[in-house]
Amino acid sequence: MDRPPDEEESTLRRDYQFIVDSIPEGVRVLDLGCGEGTLLRMLVDRKKVRGTGIEIVEERVYEAVTKGLTVHHGDFYEGLAYYPDDSFDYVVLSQTLQQAQDTVAVLSEALRVGRFVVASFPNFAHWKARLQLLCTGRAPVTRALPYQWYDTPNVHSLSIKDFEAFAHHQGIQIVAHCYFTRWGRARFWPNLRAGYGVFVLARKGAVFGCRAVE
Amino acid sequence: MSDYLISEQARGPSVGEVAPQSVDFPSLSLDSGERLEPVTIAYETYGELNEERSNAVLIAHALSGDAHAAGYHQGDDRPGWWETMIGPGKGFDTDRFFVICSNVIGGCKGSTGPISISPATGTEYGLGFPVVTVGDMVRAQKLLVDHLGIERLLSVSGGSMGGMQALQWTVAYPEAVASCIPIAATAKHSPMQIAFNEVGRLAIMSDPKWNNGDYYGGPAPDSGLAVARMIGHITYLSDESMRAKFGRRLRDKETVGYDFTMDFEVESYLRHQGEVFTRRFDANTYLYVTKALDYFDLSGGHGPLEEAFRDLPADMRFLVIAFSSDWLYPPYQSKHIVRALKGNGIDCSYLEMRSSYGHDAFLLENKDLTRMVWHFLETTAKQWGVRLG
Repeated sequence: MDRPPDEEESTLRRDYQFIVDSIPEGVRVLDLGCGEGTLLRMLVDRKKVRGTGIEIVEERVYEAVTKGLTVHHGDFYEGLAYYPDDSFDYVVLSQTLQQAQDTVAVLSEALRVGRFVVASFPNFAHWKARLQLLCTGRAPVTRALPYQWYDTPNVHSLSIKDFEAFAHHQGIQIVAHCYFTRWGRARFWPNLRAGYGVFVLARKGAVFGCRAVE
Repeated sequence: MSDYLISEQARGPSVGEVAPQSVDFPSLSLDSGERLEPVTIAYETYGELNEERSNAVLIAHALSGDAHAAGYHQGDDRPGWWETMIGPGKGFDTDRFFVICSNVIGGCKGSTGPISISPATGTEYGLGFPVVTVGDMVRAQKLLVDHLGIERLLSVSGGSMGGMQALQWTVAYPEAVASCIPIAATAKHSPMQIAFNEVGRLAIMSDPKWNNGDYYGGPAPDSGLAVARMIGHITYLSDESMRAKFGRRLRDKETVGYDFTMDFEVESYLRHQGEVFTRRFDANTYLYVTKALDYFDLSGGHGPLEEAFRDLPADMRFLVIAFSSDWLYPPYQSKHIVRALKGNGIDCSYLEMRSSYGHDAFLLENKDLTRMVWHFLETTAKQWGVRLG
């Protein structure tokens, strides 16, 4: 799955940083849509996690294996189905949730194989996107949504509010969340100000010792 | 696997001249309950074994392969069958690893097989040779690896039947293997794979010269073996690679002949492949080795494959590779292995390489395959703290 190039995206770096900070040392992590393995490599190096990735683009799988990572070449649905329940402590969906066709299936599978899911996605209701749509009448192209309508890998356009409503409706617990602007965290009006949202999720009724993330 | 003449340039640096070696053991017990006494294993090695004896990689060959996997025998301009993958700086990097390849038992290239002399009769075994399995082939390799003083192989790998032996190693000797790279392989032969093998065997056994396997010293069942090879060869290619290689080109004629002589290029190619094969391979070995393949079922025929991998150590690593156009050992078979490994929490990478060359893709020069194997071994060596040359 496509992620914007790292070096251009300081916001994305923050997203990675938040994910790395959210994940405890030495746990088992599955990165869905791990791309070339940049985030997974960070997690292995800094948090000594036992990491695995799933990635569908062949060339990216090669890059990830070259980085010394363990990767499954294939699509999410099939790749997730290979794992028994609770195979992982954390399943990461960094900038991939909006690219998965069947969001409900991916999230429920992710919450089956992992105790926690960390999901990040671009906020379609960011003020710049709203303003572009309102003023120019064209599909927004922003830092967080850098694609044209015809070449975007995103199949869903969702806002932070959309996701919160979705999680509530699906009975998914939001354990922690964080919203990012280009310059730092969006501590108020996130649905208007944040380019990205990151959520730590758990199954409804899951009992766990919750880490204070924020 | 097919014979490929790969250009000098594509072969890259070579281990150079190599000499075949062999070692004898007093006996080998077989899955059938019989014993082979004595047993000879023909093998070759490339690169240097380090002081700790921890940098050894075992390569297992496919149906028609042998111990000569890399380099050149004296006076021969044809390199070993996996010259593209084994050598200095290659996937199996002989500057860093000690690479071993042995001929399977039942084979016809130096290890004990149906063409060997039976001590009981003083003549060739022929059909008197006991039926062997992939498990037996691996048990024989273990004798060799022990003989070389290697306690744990850093990796076992191979394509096709070689991949099956590699898998068998992890299950039979989990403590003697750190990692495994099965390529274009399966955990059990499918009905289609068995079917093709049976047609090949029947081609041989229908040849009157086969004479119930007793043909040594007389004319060999070459036409039967050639047909078996032609059938096999078709299954190693793909529709796409055959269209690209031959199209509907005619052989030495302008129009079709309206008779039953050779018309098409592909016919001529297959006949040539069949004929060449009879010069280097034994018909009885073809029967024995295809039988071993057909019997192969890592789960032992009972219970799910997950059970077979249950006792693998948690630190064992796998790199499972399939090729998109391989219809003989299709990617679903590799995924079946991957699923069973993941079900046991085993560290396993899976790659489905895009290729139009069918099953034979593993034998061809492939930069991605080289790079993946090189890095996988590098990571494995690091994990095990292996000092590399």
